[in-house]
Amino acid sequence: MNAKLKETILNPIFKGNPITVLVLGICSSLAVTVTLKGALVMALSVIVVTGISSLILSLLRNTIPGRVRIIVQLVVVAMMVILVDQVLKSFEATYAIDKQLSVYIGLIITNCIVMGRIEAFALGNSPWPSFLDGVANGAGYGLILIIVAFFRELLGSGTLFGFDVLGWMGYVPNNLVILPPFALILLGCIVWVQRSIQKDLQEK
Amino acid sequence: MNTNNNVYTVIYTTVIVVVVAALLAFVSQSLKSKQDANEKAETISQMLTAAQYGTKAELDKLGNVAKLDKYAQEIDKAFVINLDGEVVKELEGIEVYSPKALKRQNYNIKGGANATGEPELPVFVFKNGRTVVPIYGAGLWGPIWGYISFASNLKTIEGAYFDHESETAGLGAKIKDDPSFQAEFVGEIADFSSKNVFDIVKGGAPKDAEGKSVVDNKIDAISGATMTSQGLDAAIDTWLGAYAKYFLSGAPAAAEKACCGKHENCEGHQHEGCEKHHEACEGEHEGCQHHNCEEE
Repeated sequence: MNAKLKETILNPIFKGNPITVLVLGICSSLAVTVTLKGALVMALSVIVVTGISSLILSLLRNTIPGRVRIIVQLVVVAMMVILVDQVLKSFEATYAIDKQLSVYIGLIITNCIVMGRIEAFALGNSPWPSFLDGVANGAGYGLILIIVAFFRELLGSGTLFGFDVLGWMGYVPNNLVILPPFALILLGCIVWVQRSIQKDLQEK
Repeated sequence: MNTNNNVYTVIYTTVIVVVVAALLAFVSQSLKSKQDANEKAETISQMLTAAQYGTKAELDKLGNVAKLDKYAQEIDKAFVINLDGEVVKELEGIEVYSPKALKRQNYNIKGGANATGEPELPVFVFKNGRTVVPIYGAGLWGPIWGYISFASNLKTIEGAYFDHESETAGLGAKIKDDPSFQAEFVGEIADFSSKNVFDIVKGGAPKDAEGKSVVDNKIDAISGATMTSQGLDAAIDTWLGAYAKYFLSGAPAAAEKACCGKHENCEGHQHEGCEKHHEACEGEHEGCQHHNCEEE
């Protein structure tokens, strides 16, 4: 694998993380991180949507009329989101999670990461790197989601993936952690940690 | 190739939209049966929750098949009534009314351009003596629906479960997520003779000295969710209003069954062995005021 491709994959995971560096997709990361299960399903859904939409639009990139390119992108992304939603609704195991995530699966279409990566990358690159870029950005988003959900479920419900972790020792769940503001505080902490490691992100 | 040509643009977008639409239609059709099965199991677990067969979380641990089995095992009688409270058809096997079916009936109850015929009002009587009826209406952002269970006296509410499509998380969504809101319904008594069968009031329902809700037909609305609360209030009034004649008439079909199972209001009597014709019941109910065994 050449260095450029490697960069395409690794950059969105840490150095150019869509949530902590580009600050995209904040809304859903506050909403769906109450449980790890929900965050994991959301992360996988976003990975599938960003990856495949980028792939399709990269394949079509030379044929798309410039004046309607945003509309064509929207149609493809919306199609992917509906497909993911329909599939989640069809399986017994994911039906309850789909219900719990409710509108946020449908709102992946408004997630700036998806359209942002298509505009910035997929329309100017060949299909394979575009696909990897989409997947990597989805994964970068998912990584932050899972970190936030880990702390919120652990401290907010005393469980991880629904299994009792702290409850047996008499831990009283903290209700603040369940509420969206705490997710924002956690996100702030993650950005803080990242900026102290990556000094070049700090403004002078 | 000039991709900015008008004709090209129109043809391109048309083709894209048609291809996507065809694909989505195909996927939607091929997954429909699975989705319906999930929805049915979900509806059943909501009704069982309202009928106090466990909390929603407990029931959700059961798989789809187990939920259907539990329903088949616990349902005593399910039938459809009309606005006059007359039974128009029996529901055989595991036949429930999904939110989509309730939506159609909601139009029929309200009448007007969307009505497709006479309202079909489903009634589910469970073996623990509770009668479950659905409600359906409009919340703030989308439909809300739910199931309310009544004791065998057909007045006292014994459980409620509500669900919604897209109410605001943390506010309107509390009708589903906040167990204490659903618990407020328990013990309240619906007033079927009035137009306001049940009220969800802003500013506080009457409370007794200990801060517990007085037994009446009023409970507290949800703070910050006025529109959802009002929508739920309207939905309950509309639906229970439609059932009013059935509930007021002492519910012939339900009264017949009231001999069986447990009688919360009837001390010392438990008639598990009671058959449809109540041979086992006769003559044993002098002290029990809430059913009509003697008349049968």
